[in-house]
Amino acid sequence: MVRGLLIRLGLATLLASLPLTLRADEPLVFDRDIRPILSDNCFLCHGPDESSRATDLRLDSRESATADLGGYAAVTPGDSAESELVRRILSTDEYEQMPPPDSNKSLSPAEIERLRRWVDEGAPWTGHWAFTAPQRPAVPEVSESAPAGWDDNPIDAFVLRRLDETGLSPSPSADRQTLLRRVTLDLTGLPPTLAERDAFLADRRPDAYERLVERLLVSPHYGERWGQKWLDAARYADSDGYEKDKQRTNWFYRDWVVDALNMDKPYDEFLIEQVAGDLLPGAGQDELVATGFLRNSMVNEEGGADPEQFRIEGLFDRVDAIGKAVLGITTQCAQCHTHKYDPISHDEYYGLFAYLNNCHEATIAVYTDAELREIEQIERDVASIKADLKSSASDWRNELVAWAQSVRATEVDWTPVRVERENFTGEKFDYLDDLSVLSRGFSGSPLTADMATKPAAGSYSAVRVEFLTHPTLPRGGPGRSIYGTHALTEFRCFYTAPDGQRTQLKLVSASSDIDPPDQPMEFPFIDTTKEEDERRLGPIEYAIDEDLTTGWHTNGSPATRNRDHKAVFVLSEPIAVEPGGTLTFRLKQDHGGWNPNDNHTNIAGRYRFSLTKTPEPEADPLPREVREIIGRSPESWSESEWGRVFDYWRTTRSEWVEANRAIAERLDGFPEGTLQCVTLERDEARVTHLLERGNFLTLGQVIEPHTPAFLHPTPEGAPATRLTLARWLASRDSPTTARALVNRVWQAYFGTGLVETPEDLGSQSPPPSHPQLLDWLAVEFMDSGWKPKHLHRLIVTSATYRQASRMTPKHRERDPNNRLLARASRLRVDAESVRDIALAASGLLDPAIGGPAVYPPAPRFLFLPPASYGPKPWNLSKDAQRYRRSLYVQKYRSTPYPTLQVFDAPTGAAACVRRSRSNTPVQALTLLNEQQFVECAQAMASRLIAADESDESRIERAFVLAVSRPPTAAEATTLGEYLRSVRSEIAAGTVDAAAVSGAEEHSEELAAWTLVARCLLNLDETITRQ
Amino acid sequence: MTSAKPNESMATNPYPCGRYTPATGDPAAVNRRWFLQQCGVGLGAAALQTLLGGEALAASSADPLAPKRPHHTPRAKNVILLFMGGGPSQFEMWDHKPTLQRLDGTLPPAELLKGYRSAFINPSSKLLGPRFKFAPAGANGLEVSELLPHTAKVIDDLCLVRSATTDAFNHAPAQLLMQTGSQQFGRPSFGAWTTYGLGSESCDLPAFVVFNSGKKGPSAGAANWGSGFLPTVHTGVEFRTVGDPVLYLSNPDGVTPALQRASIDAVNTLNQQNLDVMGDPEIATRINSYEMAYRMQSSAPEAVGIESEPQHVLDLYGVKPGEASFAKNCLLARRLVERGVRFVQLFHESWDQHGDLKKDLVQNCRDTDQGCAALVADLKQRGLLDDTLVIWCGEFGRTPMVEGGDDGRDHHPNAFTMWMAGGGVKPGLVYGSTDDLGFNVAENPVHVHDLHATLLHLLGFDHERLTYRFQGRDYRLTDVHGNVMHDLLA
Repeated sequence: MVRGLLIRLGLATLLASLPLTLRADEPLVFDRDIRPILSDNCFLCHGPDESSRATDLRLDSRESATADLGGYAAVTPGDSAESELVRRILSTDEYEQMPPPDSNKSLSPAEIERLRRWVDEGAPWTGHWAFTAPQRPAVPEVSESAPAGWDDNPIDAFVLRRLDETGLSPSPSADRQTLLRRVTLDLTGLPPTLAERDAFLADRRPDAYERLVERLLVSPHYGERWGQKWLDAARYADSDGYEKDKQRTNWFYRDWVVDALNMDKPYDEFLIEQVAGDLLPGAGQDELVATGFLRNSMVNEEGGADPEQFRIEGLFDRVDAIGKAVLGITTQCAQCHTHKYDPISHDEYYGLFAYLNNCHEATIAVYTDAELREIEQIERDVASIKADLKSSASDWRNELVAWAQSVRATEVDWTPVRVERENFTGEKFDYLDDLSVLSRGFSGSPLTADMATKPAAGSYSAVRVEFLTHPTLPRGGPGRSIYGTHALTEFRCFYTAPDGQRTQLKLVSASSDIDPPDQPMEFPFIDTTKEEDERRLGPIEYAIDEDLTTGWHTNGSPATRNRDHKAVFVLSEPIAVEPGGTLTFRLKQDHGGWNPNDNHTNIAGRYRFSLTKTPEPEADPLPREVREIIGRSPESWSESEWGRVFDYWRTTRSEWVEANRAIAERLDGFPEGTLQCVTLERDEARVTHLLERGNFLTLGQVIEPHTPAFLHPTPEGAPATRLTLARWLASRDSPTTARALVNRVWQAYFGTGLVETPEDLGSQSPPPSHPQLLDWLAVEFMDSGWKPKHLHRLIVTSATYRQASRMTPKHRERDPNNRLLARASRLRVDAESVRDIALAASGLLDPAIGGPAVYPPAPRFLFLPPASYGPKPWNLSKDAQRYRRSLYVQKYRSTPYPTLQVFDAPTGAAACVRRSRSNTPVQALTLLNEQQFVECAQAMASRLIAADESDESRIERAFVLAVSRPPTAAEATTLGEYLRSVRSEIAAGTVDAAAVSGAEEHSEELAAWTLVARCLLNLDETITRQ
Repeated sequence: MTSAKPNESMATNPYPCGRYTPATGDPAAVNRRWFLQQCGVGLGAAALQTLLGGEALAASSADPLAPKRPHHTPRAKNVILLFMGGGPSQFEMWDHKPTLQRLDGTLPPAELLKGYRSAFINPSSKLLGPRFKFAPAGANGLEVSELLPHTAKVIDDLCLVRSATTDAFNHAPAQLLMQTGSQQFGRPSFGAWTTYGLGSESCDLPAFVVFNSGKKGPSAGAANWGSGFLPTVHTGVEFRTVGDPVLYLSNPDGVTPALQRASIDAVNTLNQQNLDVMGDPEIATRINSYEMAYRMQSSAPEAVGIESEPQHVLDLYGVKPGEASFAKNCLLARRLVERGVRFVQLFHESWDQHGDLKKDLVQNCRDTDQGCAALVADLKQRGLLDDTLVIWCGEFGRTPMVEGGDDGRDHHPNAFTMWMAGGGVKPGLVYGSTDDLGFNVAENPVHVHDLHATLLHLLGFDHERLTYRFQGRDYRLTDVHGNVMHDLLA
């Protein structure tokens, strides 16, 4: 980006290190003073990774560091002169010197001195602090000289002690207006409304602030604000990523997160449901939706992609996300080799991976509360009609059995055949044990699949294609369309004789168990790039009519369409297959939509071919399941099997035609629901191998699920399931889970975490600024029942949080990065709040919670080639929808919404637990010129001139709307002068008032105030919580 | 997140970004502080202390885009990357294979295909001879395809690498590998590493500019010019060839330049008033950002205003003002580099010829050949080629085997051709070769990591020392790989 001076991150970078100057009389703390030196400079070669270890020396444990190396030791406690480590780091001989010159590493004199002192003091050693479960430390005593209000909250005691040690003193409390805006933005992501401000300023009760906090904690916007933070960590996005980057509708997961936070779901449950909700007893829709966490990984449907490779990439991403979001530990290194710094080994990495490897990546339909009520009603209605039928035919069980006997004989003898693809397109296939093929990867349209088989020699009369459901298909399939359905343009059959001679076989008739009526193409399959789409869909005959505009399909009512279907194609004369002869079945699938980079596919998902010798067979109208049940004696049928058979049998009875129609009508009204990616466990476990160098093609040893040894163990006898992993992650014994979370929450309030690297609490992490405070908060959080709101309340009511954020020369000199917390941090708000503040100040904000993604104004070209790979839907939201909170803006991974992107919103390519906070000219251009910010200024102007007030009062109100405080005299003067100057320009006609105000009436006054509002919406303070 | 290696600031221009005069307030105080923040970059600590009367503002040299000195004397200070997204066919353009022509229509030897994974085709597909003729060009009589008449004229300025090789054979991962050194998302792009290492020479234009042309956008999307784990200021800024060159560059309806100036003055005065109270240097940065934004509003349109170019230059590139084209982007790249932009990346995603090989290649070469050649010639005649590195490459090459009937080729990572020019590479060099079928590299392979190591070397960096601390580890563009290809250096 453009050269921005003093840009925040640079600042953070430069000043990242804690102001730690160790005095000679200050005791050494191994974790803080020694381990980082060893880890950073020595572990690469003398650390946990055996393969890269130089000699046998390990410096990551005291035992090996002090071991006898044949008359000498790396570390001789108490005697630095007799310690090889000290000798080597002091050596100037290029062959002896440590770290070696070619490592590009070197120790500073202060570090060398510290190491020497540590050895001389006996080389005391402790395990890395973060790998031992936190214990509640004693709260320091607060001296009587402490400032008022600093003796209440344990947080303040810890902070105060550190300040005392470093000779700094706390700042006074921020004024009430600042505090109101700060805590409102922090807890809800929105500024206070005028009414909220008036109420708070008028509340003179001593606990007014605490009451404010309670009000904010129950605001539904709390869940939105903190949900956004979790969604960063959960790498949430509304698209697949990679080349196609197709839209996904995963917003049920997003809303689940918001709801869970609003109801203060305990964090341990919150985690367990996201990692293994599907495996919980009695798991319902909510628990399934929660597992969307695992499914936020990207999906690559690029034409040449091997689906298995990208399934593995997805698993890597899941382990990474769990590491960063839950454990605060980086795992990525161990994907390819044993971690160089932290004690996670290569096989332990695949131990974690193995817990996650046994999933179906499923996409199911989920329903809103209203839809669920509708479904319940439909099911009640249908059950009551069926009950009426049964009571009207009291002998129905006997009649049904008689019918079952009569149809049993109609079954044709079909032999399933093993096929293999013959043509090569981007589409890829899994060949399943039941001889069916499962379509994976690329799914563009049109697409043709040629499947070849070498059947036993003999004469065959017909081919059956079963289109089968599968958990990995949308809604379970059997197709890959967004409805889980598919269309078949033409079915063709070829015979290749052993001599290579190939002939197309003539088909005379076709039948299927579903008989859709003729209909035109509909969304999303209709070709909207053409004036008229002449293609049609209809009965099975359309698949053999040699007409490429017509096709058969399996779409129908959402209640009934996601089932197995079958089609039978009869040859005009039996084909005599010679030994070595090949039959090729062609599925021509030209009835998808026009855009291969959108969800337009309409191809089959899973299917199986069978042959028969029976003459002129027809597709069995009985569902496979019913056929299976009636193949057994009725005595063995369960009540639900009776129900399944009844459900089919009733449709065969002509006297029940009315009732059947009534049922069909009710089912036609079944709600469509919304697609959601979820995780389902496979019945059959996948075998996990260690992958050499992380390559999915180089399988190493078989790995059983297990957790890393340096963390807490799983309970004795716990099964090796994902649920065990989930419970292990959320365990009280976990040394890092609670610490990682409280550290991130702290980071959100103070700009930097107590540990500066929230993604990595491991041995490479810089030491915590307040280690005991971190542990105290972690234990307090767990003791509260893992209640996030308890943690927030604790922090925002502390005196530390309530300090003023003014930076004095002393602060700048001593602690520019505010690690010691002698003041509150002044932070530019997150990208989402930048936009939300403008919407709120202007009065345009639509505060509705949840629902599908919205599409506010954006430059159209961004979503079209060549800016984006393919054309992407951006259906501009109408009316209030375009003023929804930024959390709901459609999030394409490859084409981020620019307003949010320039303010550092992450793309969702990987888990993000720490955002950049940049300050650039492109941000200035956005706030000054972007359409929606201009609209906000115009709307704010209307709001300002609505009341008949003086300029002074309006300026004051404008200020309050933007920054929740009235202007100072100087500020009012600046703005007043600006107002006068723009008025005179408008009056002089040098500024087009109608254009500026976007209004025809009162445009001059509106234009002047639009410009004033625009200035205010551009203030640094407006987008900062100070 | 701490920066690992020192790239100490270079004392170059003490007024790198023009002057800022506050509208109100105590001019002396503001100027002093402003000078410190704005221009303190190049000054020593002692000078700072003097200026401030002892008040040290530690953050003053923290601008991540301040010009920096690399590890050794650089050969190139700017980069123009011509990225041919999709994977251009080396067989029709650069790597003439008479044997492949002779064996057209036969199957490749089975042992060659052992372990070979293809994206779309059955690997055992027939060989396809080159579809276009080659003719000798330049002083060394190098064989160049008839598709590239313009590039043939500058061939002596190019360093042609016929032995490039990569690990990935799908577009998005291969583009990421070429741009970021990793097939996975989340790493900084080459352009981001460059501005991280060298900073920016321009104060009113982005340091890293990206153009898109062609049929589609790049497969890996914005990650191709992303900053990864580097600070987001290193993200490439997309320029458009028609309309506003940068998003939101134009004032809103009715806002005149004078009014914009007055508005920014008002905003900055108010920000200054808050700065005086809060003391947060971040506010000073905000003031500077608005000043730079204002300057960019005139400098960016000026930079892309090719109307000012003489006709013979427009003719050299074959550019019509007002029409978007790859050639126009080439001309814009030159103009931006002239104005101090460090890194210009041109994406032209049109090269994925699974079918329509002949027709599409004719069109693609018509769209790009003249622009590429003109860029090299133009930079050279202006003396800019010496320190501007021009790179032409795709994410991989294409198979010697046919895809479909007789008019397509699949993705091929094993061996492909790319070229470089200027910026310290050896002109007129042909480096590396492939086997008779062009299937594998026969000699002198140049892996993507080697390419990155070499490019960084030309920019003055030891690729093992240009690092950034993230997740407890020092990351590099070349990960743990890469060798500088000294043979390529002039």
